[in-house]
Parts: sequence; C-alpha cells; structure tokens
Amino acid sequence: MMEDANNLNCAAFQAKLSELIGSDDNIADHPHIQSCARCRALLADLETIAEAARQLFPVVEPPDELWEHIESAIKSEQGSSDIG
Amino acid sequence: MARAQAGDHHAFAQLYSLHKRRIYSLCLRMVGNIAEAEDLAQEAFLQLHRKIATFRGDSAFSTWLHRLAVNVVLMHLRKKGLALTSLDEAMEPAPEERAGRSFGAADLALTGAIDRMALERAIGKLPAGYRLIFVLHDIEGYEHNEIAAMLDCSIGNSKSQLHKARVKLRDALRSYPRQEAGR
Repeated sequence: MMEDANNLNCAAFQAKLSELIGSDDNIADHPHIQSCARCRALLADLETIAEAARQLFPVVEPPDELWEHIESAIKSEQGSSDIG
Repeated sequence: MARAQAGDHHAFAQLYSLHKRRIYSLCLRMVGNIAEAEDLAQEAFLQLHRKIATFRGDSAFSTWLHRLAVNVVLMHLRKKGLALTSLDEAMEPAPEERAGRSFGAADLALTGAIDRMALERAIGKLPAGYRLIFVLHDIEGYEHNEIAAMLDCSIGNSKSQLHKARVKLRDALRSYPRQEAGR
C-alpha cells in the first residue's frame, strides 16, 4: 500500500515536472523532491542529460564544398529560369 | 537582408556564412549522417534563396530560417519511411512511442559521465518530434518561446515534448551499459 501511495505521489509530481523544470522555481525545494529519492534521481539524471547535450555536441562547421555546391545549384536554377 | 532579398549574391553569401554552422549542425543532429546533413543543409539554403523575398520580418530571421530547415529535414525523414506527414505529426508521436513515466522504473540513476556515442545513439532512436525539440533546446540552445515560434506550437507543448525526450533518453542510457555488457 505504501508503495502504491508513493507511486501516486510520484505520478502526480512527474506529470507536473515538465512545467516545473521550465519555471523559475527551484525544483530542489519542492516537498516531493525533498522526500522522494526516486524522483530526486530522475531529476538529477534529466539535468545530467541536458548538460551532457550542451557539452558533447558543439556547433559544427560545414565543409567548404557545401557553399560551392549551393552556388552551383543556384546558378543552375537561375540558368533554367532564364531559359524558361 | 534587403540586398539579399533583392537578389544580391554577395549579400546572400554573407547570410550563408552567418547561419551555415547552426543550420548544418541542426541537420547533422537530426539525421546523424554527414552526407545526408550536407544534402539537407544545401536544400535548406536553396529554399532560402528561392523564398527569401517572402520574408517579411514578422519573426526573427534565424527563427524563420530554422523553421524552413526543420521542414526540409522532416520532409527527408518522411521520404526515408518515417510516418511523418506534417510537423504536427512529428510533434505527436504514435501512442507506442510516447515516453512512459518513470515512477515504476528501477532505482538506477545514471552514474558518471555520459558517453557521447551512447547519447548520440539514444538521440538517433528518439521519435523525430522528440528529437527535434531535444536538438533545438538542449543542443542548439534555443529557448522554448523561440522553438514554439519556429514549430508553430505552444510553449507548453515544447516543454512537454522536451521533458518526454529527456525521459526517453534516460531510459535508453540506463539500459545501454546492460546491453553492452550482454554482448
């Protein structure tokens, strides 16, 4: 019974979690987080994933040839529209 | 901008230089393949060239350009066989793809640093709508209000999809070490 009651609390908390994460409130202060190790672990994992995404995937420089291909395609389109 | 809209090639080249990294990166993160990402970025900038005169300045140019690029990517994913006919469908995955809640899951927190390859693989397996929001917010650094404008959805929808994406990634990453160990 205890497990079920805890799950209900977790379910209600997790249903609100996306809004809580996007708000200015400090989720660490939320009563459920302070009493529930499982949801604390969930929150910590989600923050770890977001942080990892920021660090592991920097903005990538495209190859120089990409602009050459784009220029060439533009000229080709302009050429065919001139003919048309 | 006005010069590029009037057909000035050098002005268009400058726009390309300003935005090429973020557009190419978006394509690369969405398809996970360099050759495909180059093709998609090329198509996005070609469409930009065709449509730039229609940009009215109602939104930020980068938001408008990203929306255009997102549609190019989604069109590509649909051609590859993903059941996506519109951005709306991409944003609302099929029921079996919805992220489950985690309150019944085992108490195994992620430990240590996340492996880049594992995360890349997990991102690649996300339904396209979740992947799109995750890439735009957590990798590209866009805010929810920008994503909402880009994808024509509500801010709440953007937040909700991002949360579901992270939960799905967590599930995938927690099962990853066990899958690797089982090989």
